[in-house]
Amino acid sequence: MAERVSPLAGFEPVSAEGLRIAEVPFLTQVNLRADPESPAAAALGDALGVPLPAEPGTWARGDADVLWLGPDEWLVVGPPGGAAELESRLRKAAGEARVGVTDVSAQRTTVLVGGSRSRDLLAHGCALDLHPRMFGPGRCAQTSLARAQVVLAAREGGEFAVLVRSSFAAYLWAWLLDAAAEYL
Amino acid sequence: MLLIPCPWCGPRDEAEFHYGGQAHVAYPDDPAALSDEEWARYLFFRDNPKGRFAERWSHAAGCRRWFTLTRDTSTNTFTNTSAAPEVTA
Ligand SMILES: [Zn+2]
Repeated sequence: MAERVSPLAGFEPVSAEGLRIAEVPFLTQVNLRADPESPAAAALGDALGVPLPAEPGTWARGDADVLWLGPDEWLVVGPPGGAAELESRLRKAAGEARVGVTDVSAQRTTVLVGGSRSRDLLAHGCALDLHPRMFGPGRCAQTSLARAQVVLAAREGGEFAVLVRSSFAAYLWAWLLDAAAEYL
Repeated sequence: MLLIPCPWCGPRDEAEFHYGGQAHVAYPDDPAALSDEEWARYLFFRDNPKGRFAERWSHAAGCRRWFTLTRDTSTNTFTNTSAAPEVTA
């Protein structure tokens, strides 16, 4: 079997006082399209153990993390290796309804940015107001970070998951290190 | 930089958006029946007002939805952001 190499396999994680940067490779990611008002959306929520977040820019944790991407679109993120099971579980829940279930696990890798300086670091390249009052745990957004398109999800304790396209990951990592110079 | 109000995501940097031109330009009922001049008018001729102008925008680097908003072309102030789909019939 071929060895899998993650997009950021060549980079050492950063662990400093006030700042941690680490890749979480190979997470299962399934893109979900459904009418949020439909019975299918409720069934999909049941299958995920959490209702599909209806409020724009929020995410929720059930058996997997469910991130709002658009008014009829979500990204379901789970542990590595679960794509086939998750996809078939969602398809079964959707039944005959008009629902799109697409395994996009290879599209992006995930970078966790944590520590007391995490917001300061991301703010160097992100126009969103990342203050906990505006972008606290449970908020997520598709936006630009250092001109790269990312999905940003705020977690507890000032930690952020940054999902970035695999082909942009090395660039973004290099940018993060450069922007973090003053905190290291 | 303009802060453009996406009806779904709220105000975001102009750089996240793609411009779609004048809103409410209806696709011809029977394109084949149009003369070349009428077809060219449909394709290329747009209003160019000084003042309020209804425009299509796509939040390309965000939620990737198209929406319509009204921009005052002399002040770049936005009103009437709407997520309603464009009706071209
Ligand atoms: Zn948006």
